[in-house]
Amino acid sequence: MNQILRKRVLTPVTKEIVVAAPHIARKAQPGQFVILRVSQEGERIPLTIADFDRDEGTITLVYQEVGYTTRLLGKLEPHDHILDLAGPLGLPAELPDKGRVIAVGGGVGVAPLLPKCKELHRRGINLISIIGARSSDLIILEDEMRACSDELHICTDDGSRGFKGFVSDKLKQMLETELNPDEIDEVIAIGPIPMMKATCAAAKEFGVKTWVSMNPIMVDGTGMCGACRVTVGGETKFACVDGPMFDGHLVDWDEAWRRANSYREQEQIANERCRCGGDRQWL
Amino acid sequence: MALKKSRVEMPVQDSEARKSNFDEVALGYTEEMALEEAARCLNCKKPFCVEGCPVNVRIPEFIKLITEKKYQEAINVVKSTNSLPAVCGRVCPQEIQCESKCILGRRGEPVAIGRLERFVADWEMEHGNPEVPEIKPNGKKVAIVGAGPAGLTCAGDLARLGYEVTIFESLHEPGGVLIYGIPEFRLPKDIVRREVDYVKRLGVKIETSFIIGRTMTIEELFDKGFDAVFIGSGAGLPMFMRIPGENLNGVYSANEYLTRINLMKAYKFPEYDTPIVSGKKVAVVGAGNVAMDAVRCALRLGAEKAMIVYRRGREEMPARAEEIHHAEEEGVEFHLLTKPVRILGDEKGWVAGMECIRMELGEPDQSGRRRPVPIEGSEFVMDVDTVIMALGTSPNPILVQTTEGLDAHKWGGLITKSETGRTTKPRVWAGGDAVTGAATVILAMGAGKAAAKDIHEYLESGSADW
Repeated sequence: MNQILRKRVLTPVTKEIVVAAPHIARKAQPGQFVILRVSQEGERIPLTIADFDRDEGTITLVYQEVGYTTRLLGKLEPHDHILDLAGPLGLPAELPDKGRVIAVGGGVGVAPLLPKCKELHRRGINLISIIGARSSDLIILEDEMRACSDELHICTDDGSRGFKGFVSDKLKQMLETELNPDEIDEVIAIGPIPMMKATCAAAKEFGVKTWVSMNPIMVDGTGMCGACRVTVGGETKFACVDGPMFDGHLVDWDEAWRRANSYREQEQIANERCRCGGDRQWL
Repeated sequence: MALKKSRVEMPVQDSEARKSNFDEVALGYTEEMALEEAARCLNCKKPFCVEGCPVNVRIPEFIKLITEKKYQEAINVVKSTNSLPAVCGRVCPQEIQCESKCILGRRGEPVAIGRLERFVADWEMEHGNPEVPEIKPNGKKVAIVGAGPAGLTCAGDLARLGYEVTIFESLHEPGGVLIYGIPEFRLPKDIVRREVDYVKRLGVKIETSFIIGRTMTIEELFDKGFDAVFIGSGAGLPMFMRIPGENLNGVYSANEYLTRINLMKAYKFPEYDTPIVSGKKVAVVGAGNVAMDAVRCALRLGAEKAMIVYRRGREEMPARAEEIHHAEEEGVEFHLLTKPVRILGDEKGWVAGMECIRMELGEPDQSGRRRPVPIEGSEFVMDVDTVIMALGTSPNPILVQTTEGLDAHKWGGLITKSETGRTTKPRVWAGGDAVTGAATVILAMGAGKAAAKDIHEYLESGSADW
């Protein structure tokens, strides 16, 4: 169980693993996530299911090595096992059956965006995708996104490829000049909080409904702890059981950002240790 | 020899020292103490204490065996009706159960039944070799949802009867509230692990990180060939007050706070990876056992002020007497008849204070306790940097949402027949907090036991009637 079958390095800091998890693969739907733990002392972290193959009995996870646990995960190779893996968790994404959708992905957010795009493509939706990263070497899953999109636009903050600027700027430009906002059924935006916030702001200007996928701090992932509280339309929701997809125009972004950074100091302590090898040299 | 009116005191870790460690507070009786206390038992012909026990442990019988120094036989008597004695000896509210019925309690202190139960359970762990009875498989399969007290008890009883039992647990470690909820200093996790190991030695399989309702539905369990399902999924959803400021950084549900500490070992960060931010001035809202656990953890994580904030009075506090007593000894402040109305934040969004209002007690409410009423104009601000909400929990709706025919009350508790634990769905039983809402370990065990008995009778009878 939970054996890593294949691994791909997508960027210097982003990796993709395909994991044998037949029970989870059998039930997984776009928008759902898993909780995993890498070591006996390890924390539980949520990762969105980036893809699943029911026949093969596998799920695909894509992660950026930003924190201690994702770095430990990055050290695992094919044949290694993930210690604990639970899922699928959260509500499946509610996707439209027809019409036109713009999918916007920032950084590693393209990974959770991909299963929704694949499903939209399967349903015959006209799909315009905008993906971006800080620079061209950090763009991930371009071929996969191209395969399911009718149009694919690439953005980089530094202009090393495609449109120079944020994905939210590109969306705004397109809604202003090329597209008729009335013909867009919805925007799906997934990425870092500032990117989702800016994308929502851009779409709101043109009155386009926008779905976002929240990725807050979680412990159990089944509704038990309430660490993942997010305010949506003035109401407290638990991202793990009420989400993770929410109407982006109703999300309290400043609160979400603040809560996401609750453990900044502790994360630094953990990362320091990881860089030095710490007590985990056996990995 | 005249009978002693007072029970033998339980030795405890010094309150100053224990405030800064997570080691067990109550140290347990020595053999001499146990013999002295056991000698107080009158061995009543009609033992009321047994009636006071939700699993009817044959109390006078095991205590008599202690006086004869037959400790292995004593623990065997306890274990014939209670599969988690080391746990119950530590966390049962004996003062409202067995000990409340003890004849000695009329003139002095009742026999310290819980302490004696703990003594024999610990004796066996140290000296004995827990015996596994011979089991004849009967070829039938039962699935259990949740490896907490209800599920472990039900599983243990069914395994003894020959059933092939599999427990499905959503977390990565079995034990339920015994692992994620109750802190090390009250219930060492090694003890829980040993109790779980014993259930495994009876042949019970435990699948962790397996969420019934998500990874597999109850219907699919039947498709897999299980003959019956018992739901002991607990009451996992934390309640909040719905007051302004509850989502500030530094506000925790007690579930989150305790799970980080107990299951994830955040008190050992960075040796363990899960962090916790627990401040210097910690307010815990509520006064049940969970609130006492949280506030005493806060002390151990370095709080200079650890406070209970409770809207009712001292008499109404629902926690076990011993927990309140230990919390007081350790220096916890009790702010009674005080209700939070708003949590205040600093410019960075962290808790910087809590506005409260004073209360007075009015007429009794539905629970029979006097209803607290706010005193107008009495608002004041408490200086706090961390707030923990310990207001109770309700059952998780995942199973009801994913199981056709499984009905729940509006507040979330599963609807069952009280004697047997049968739910509204044929071949599905339930018990423990999933049915009652947050209650005690022993009541959950009693429900698991009753369900095991009825599952056996039902499957034996071969009847299709429900």
